[in-house]
Amino acid sequence: MFGRKPKETVRMTYISHSNVITRIDVPVGDSVMEGAIKNGVDGIAAECGGTCQCGTCHVYVEEEFLDRLPPIQEDESAMLVDLTACARRTNSRLSCQLLVTREFDGLIVHTPETQQ
Amino acid sequence: MGVVIVGAGQAGFQTAVSLRSEGYDDSIILIGEEPGLPYQRPPLSKGFLAGKQEIESTALRPEGFYTSHRIDVIASERVTGIDRIGLQVELASGKRIPYDKVVLATGARVRKLPLQNHLLYLRDLCDAVEIKDRLDRCDSVRVIGGGFIGLEVAAAACSLGKAVTVVETQSRLMQRCVAPVVSEFYRELHAGHGVKVMLGETAIASRAADLSVAGIGVVPNVELASHAGLATANGIAVDEFLRTTDPAIFAIGDCAEYPNVFADARVRLESVQNAVDQAKCAAANIVGRSRPYRAVPWFWTDQFDAKLQMAGLSSGSDRTVLRGDLETRKFSVFYFKQHGLIGVDSINRPADHLAARRLLATAARITSDQAADEGFDLKSLV
Repeated sequence: MFGRKPKETVRMTYISHSNVITRIDVPVGDSVMEGAIKNGVDGIAAECGGTCQCGTCHVYVEEEFLDRLPPIQEDESAMLVDLTACARRTNSRLSCQLLVTREFDGLIVHTPETQQ
Repeated sequence: MGVVIVGAGQAGFQTAVSLRSEGYDDSIILIGEEPGLPYQRPPLSKGFLAGKQEIESTALRPEGFYTSHRIDVIASERVTGIDRIGLQVELASGKRIPYDKVVLATGARVRKLPLQNHLLYLRDLCDAVEIKDRLDRCDSVRVIGGGFIGLEVAAAACSLGKAVTVVETQSRLMQRCVAPVVSEFYRELHAGHGVKVMLGETAIASRAADLSVAGIGVVPNVELASHAGLATANGIAVDEFLRTTDPAIFAIGDCAEYPNVFADARVRLESVQNAVDQAKCAAANIVGRSRPYRAVPWFWTDQFDAKLQMAGLSSGSDRTVLRGDLETRKFSVFYFKQHGLIGVDSINRPADHLAARRLLATAARITSDQAADEGFDLKSLV
């Protein structure tokens, strides 16, 4: 449509527990969770729609990218401690809280065995 | 043959997804009255109206997901009857679809005020698009109803710079669901942003505005079930396995009245959590797992910068205890009935909310003193 600029995207890689690798281009401003949902990547449930309520969009982020991510806020931290189906690790994040910036280019996340 | 799901909202969608993840291999047909693919309702009254979220982003999954999971979505179609002898559902188009099991996820429709044709209501995507369109072209907004939806609409309209009035017939906001201290917090929150909050007033008496939106509750869609001879009350009646009085037919989500173990009563809940968790439970039962529904209810509402999270069912409480400081705008209200905890409302205290869900799920004993003592670790009890 006229007047709507194509959005800038970054390349991201999702790796499932069973090693299915999906590479997609996610628009800047979308969340890592939305990137997965809109592109049919399994392994992220996102039951609450990205409002940091349900803990079903848990991902493990490749260590080298951790310092490019926004800091963990209080609600995300509480969810990670209490509610994710698979154990929290030092590289655990909720993908709905990771709004994509240019710095995310090349980001690799691993989805856990289950979100339930 | 397979499962026919009537209603393609959050509950219907989740049933289809969970059936596949439970290993169900027969056909799954998801029938919805609205055009398009299943979408999320919560953002309609929040991010979408406030202009922070595009309507396209409310889709629960892209089209390819349904193909790859062999879920047949029939949109813009109405189910008019269930032939329980012939095991077929009847569609408005005249088509009949055979079934092994039916899941009724028919949802609810808005309650309307009589003789007020100028009012808009917010339930579905079409409603939201119309309200947003009108919002963009008006200066003042009148919201009838100080419940969750009304207040979310008011907050969104206010954030767009509109002059907003909220008219509520009760003496306080969200009266049905929260304690007076929470109602008062939200009255101040809205007033602080310039919303005019009129309590104890009827809509008729209030001033006209460019745009009037009413959020005064919903009515469960039970007609299909009752015409099929299934028991209904304040919703389609189901047992703890979410089966209606016909064991081949389940009912879940906003339309279903079920025995709630926490309230020790039959209840009907309107929430994403209830829709999702009942869908999972029904799917498990359809594949033969015999799983009773025992999920702790939880709810949320986002208004301005405040996040209210509710765990449990607090109605009928005889005592409330405050944890945290109202001044810091981070506090929780613990609701007790006799000696047991029945619910917790948390404002900007997500850790309390999550602890509350666990406390309620495990029926942990917590005293009022422990609840009020911020130095006491709630999680030490679970």
